[in-house]
Amino acid sequence: MTRHHATPATRRREPRTPPRPHPPETLHTQLSTHLSASARAWLERALTEAAAHPGTHGPISVWELRLAEAGRRCGDEHADAARVLILHAARADPAALTRVYRQGTAAERRAVLHALPHLVPGPDALPLIEDALRTNDTRLLAAAVGPYAARHLAPHNWRHAVLKCLFTGVPIDELADLERRAGADAELARMLGDYAAERTAAGRPVPEDLHRVLALTESAPPAHGSDTPHGKES
Amino acid sequence: MRIFDPHIHMTSRTTDDYQAMHAAGVRALVEPSFWLGQPRTSPATFLDYFDSLLGWEPFRAAQYGIAHHCTLALNPKEANDPRCVPVLDELPRYLVKDQVVAVGEIGYDSMTPAEDTALAAQLQLAADHELPALVHTPHRDKLAGLRRTLDVVRESALSPDRVLLDHLNETTVKEARDSGCWLGFSVYPDTKMDEERMVAILRAYGPEQVLVNSAADWGRSDPLKTRKVGDLMLAEGFTEDDVDQVLWRNPVAFYGLSGRLHLDVAATDVTHEGNSILRGGE
Repeated sequence: MTRHHATPATRRREPRTPPRPHPPETLHTQLSTHLSASARAWLERALTEAAAHPGTHGPISVWELRLAEAGRRCGDEHADAARVLILHAARADPAALTRVYRQGTAAERRAVLHALPHLVPGPDALPLIEDALRTNDTRLLAAAVGPYAARHLAPHNWRHAVLKCLFTGVPIDELADLERRAGADAELARMLGDYAAERTAAGRPVPEDLHRVLALTESAPPAHGSDTPHGKES
Repeated sequence: MRIFDPHIHMTSRTTDDYQAMHAAGVRALVEPSFWLGQPRTSPATFLDYFDSLLGWEPFRAAQYGIAHHCTLALNPKEANDPRCVPVLDELPRYLVKDQVVAVGEIGYDSMTPAEDTALAAQLQLAADHELPALVHTPHRDKLAGLRRTLDVVRESALSPDRVLLDHLNETTVKEARDSGCWLGFSVYPDTKMDEERMVAILRAYGPEQVLVNSAADWGRSDPLKTRKVGDLMLAEGFTEDDVDQVLWRNPVAFYGLSGRLHLDVAATDVTHEGNSILRGGE
């Protein structure tokens, strides 16, 4: 067994309240209750600035600077949510989101991925999802398989995203709308079966999550998607 | 023994090194951008490298419970290639990132006019972004290089107590200390400093403002040299508090000048166990 484990004591904090499932108003309310007074003041100023001066100005817009410094202003555990709110306040369109993603740290990229479901109604931002799915950074992978991917990712790429989650240990609960997308998917079932056979042949355990997804492929999808925040996409 | 390696090039190291470093007590490190061994030919390849120092490397480090920060700059050697110099125009948008704790490594390689220009410009960038600077002293003609470096620092907007002079040795330590800058020493298997000489310098000059690093990279180097210096300090009669000052508190104090040092390593994988560095399937 070659899996490595870091000392648990050194892994102290996970981002609290994953921002993805929440609409921005809820996110704003939740975040405000967790931030210190100075961080809250900084965030409110940043949101006001972003709302007043959206778009692109000069080499780097003020709201993009705020996006970059959100970690040190709000604390790492609140940075995802703060960045999502700034992106909303700036009304970032697919072109702006793409620029921010490409010029961003892993944390900024994660925030862009989280913001997609509420900011981009169509499939324009799919290349960002596909970029994140090519990485091996589990934080990006988990952010990529949210509602936006569930809505827009083509079947082949979505199946590979499922498999990649199983490969890299991203819990399948991170996969938005899993029940609907996996339901009656015979090709996904084949891929999962082959992966289980490969693990077994190597004498390695089959991830428990694999069995859960496999079970879903054997049932019909629910009549209505569980994630239709705008009611626009099937 | 808690260890902060203030200068190590993890891009050039294996994941096994992260594991060994954690086992040796390393809980934080700073990775300065540097010359990769193969000359670059365009700014774009710098940007991919900077992105890696702000993305993949912190992820790898966090899987082993190590906080990863970086310093970004156009390195002295490549400051001489006009194809690379335009990366200076890209630096401002990188220097605002959360994990960037200094401008560096900058300084002299061959002491050319192009290096003068890049050093002065990047000291100004550090001042503009309220960041300290990590300044490499040259391997060849070192004492003359240190003096020229100090001249440029004195003319800059950055005060000496926000400058870390690195790769110092017996010939440069006194003038470097008199300048008021922080003092960095790289401990190597064959070149630069070794453990015994490092301890002798600590005995002569004391632990104040002294940082010890492995500067481990793609050459013959050892990412555990920080620990070995700590062990020898204890064996030679230094206290645990002295060791903690040199190997932890001094780097925390220097890079803390950025206001961006964050030593509480966030769990980075959602499972606390999944390890995508292994590419899956292991």
